[in-house]
Amino acid sequence: MLWIECPNCGSRPFEEYRYGSVFPVTPDSITDPDARNIDHAWMQDNIQGVTQERWFHESGCRRWFTATRDTTTDVFLD
Amino acid sequence: MNEFVETLLDLPWQVGDPKPAYDVVIIGAGGHGLATAYYLATRHGITNVCVLDANYIGSGNSGRNTTIIRSNYGIPESVAFYQHSLEMYQQLEAETGSWIMHSTKGQIWLAHSVSTARTERTRALMNEACGAKTDYIGPEEIKRLCPQIDLTGGGRYPVQGASYHHEGATARHDRVVWTYAQGALRNGVHVFQHTPVTGLLKDGDRVTGVQTPKGNISAGVVLSAVGGHVSTVAGWAGVRLPIRTHALQAFVTNAYAQEFAPIVSSNDLVFYISQTPRGQMLIGAEYDRQASYRTSTSYSYLQACSAKATTLFPFLSKLRILRSWAGICDVSTDFSPILGHTGVDGLMISTGWGTWGFKAIPAAGEQLAELIATGTAPPLIAPFGLDRFAKEAAMADPSSAGTR
Repeated sequence: MLWIECPNCGSRPFEEYRYGSVFPVTPDSITDPDARNIDHAWMQDNIQGVTQERWFHESGCRRWFTATRDTTTDVFLD
Repeated sequence: MNEFVETLLDLPWQVGDPKPAYDVVIIGAGGHGLATAYYLATRHGITNVCVLDANYIGSGNSGRNTTIIRSNYGIPESVAFYQHSLEMYQQLEAETGSWIMHSTKGQIWLAHSVSTARTERTRALMNEACGAKTDYIGPEEIKRLCPQIDLTGGGRYPVQGASYHHEGATARHDRVVWTYAQGALRNGVHVFQHTPVTGLLKDGDRVTGVQTPKGNISAGVVLSAVGGHVSTVAGWAGVRLPIRTHALQAFVTNAYAQEFAPIVSSNDLVFYISQTPRGQMLIGAEYDRQASYRTSTSYSYLQACSAKATTLFPFLSKLRILRSWAGICDVSTDFSPILGHTGVDGLMISTGWGTWGFKAIPAAGEQLAELIATGTAPPLIAPFGLDRFAKEAAMADPSSAGTR
């Protein structure tokens, strides 16, 4: 079972958490404002590797926190 | 594919390494890649085609899906596309002479509340209007079609009714892959297993081929028929995709000796179940919430899914889970596939198949082959281009995953 470190509650089972999303990064090369909006609305970085994400400890302290996770292994990094 | 299975198949592999140049190079020898190659060769006479796979044929999501074929989607363009695919599946054995274990079972999409019953009535009417045979049926008819169901839903999820999709079917996923591989190989298409594509060849802004450990291969058109790793391939050409990769888990039980005839999905409980030709009960649900490239399964998923399934089907509690697996799905942000041009010359794409790719294999292959041969997207897939997002014409389909 996957365990996730909550900054408030310590190590708790995966099922207590809700995945928020990754921090989206629109490339600087997209300069047109409309194209930037469309990119922000629809496109995904879909990183294979280490990502910075938001998680919500739904069944615990009910607070959001930022976590670093490797999407190829689901291992949470410090 | 293991050596034993390979001895049972009549796959006329070509010998040697890939040629230095092909008219079309397809990345990914799953159902979609091989079907496109097959239809390029048989419908358009384009046989100078090479299909490359990092692993063996059908080793990705084509070998990990739950084999369901249906067309009861949520928007008219999708219903038309998937209905065409469903009809092509019905004809595939006759066309190829190869047995794919196609079996029309009917799909029951259950509602356990008044509001969901309204959703299912709407779905039935909308699907019927768009050409997918669907009726709204009541609990008595459901019990007749599927005697194993507990209509009280364990006291918590009483069955109110269902939309019944008459032509819902299953087919053996591996056999579909092998059928298209065999058809393509017999027509002179080259298929290379264990040949990963490591990069794209470019001439200015144009994609001119692929890099592999067996050397560079130039191509008139490169088609990416890659599953979960598609963002990496598109990234080589500087293309941004509205795709997020999620793992989808499923499992089978040991064999159930009775017949379980239909495919049953539950809108409120969010799971679906069918019986494999071996008698195993095949159960699936939604993809994992977090983006991930990891193909392992979790105890919590098996537990939650089993709890839901036994609520409606008490007989399942006497069975045991035999096997579980996961595939990594290329889920598009509007839950519809993305087919055709990428905006980069020489690179086409077939992605966004999320959890609804298997049923689309024949139609997507046929239509993409026509697009590659003629240069223009046929009407059936024209709405599904990548440019739809920039045109603010996204194809949002909330019912594309089989559980909603």
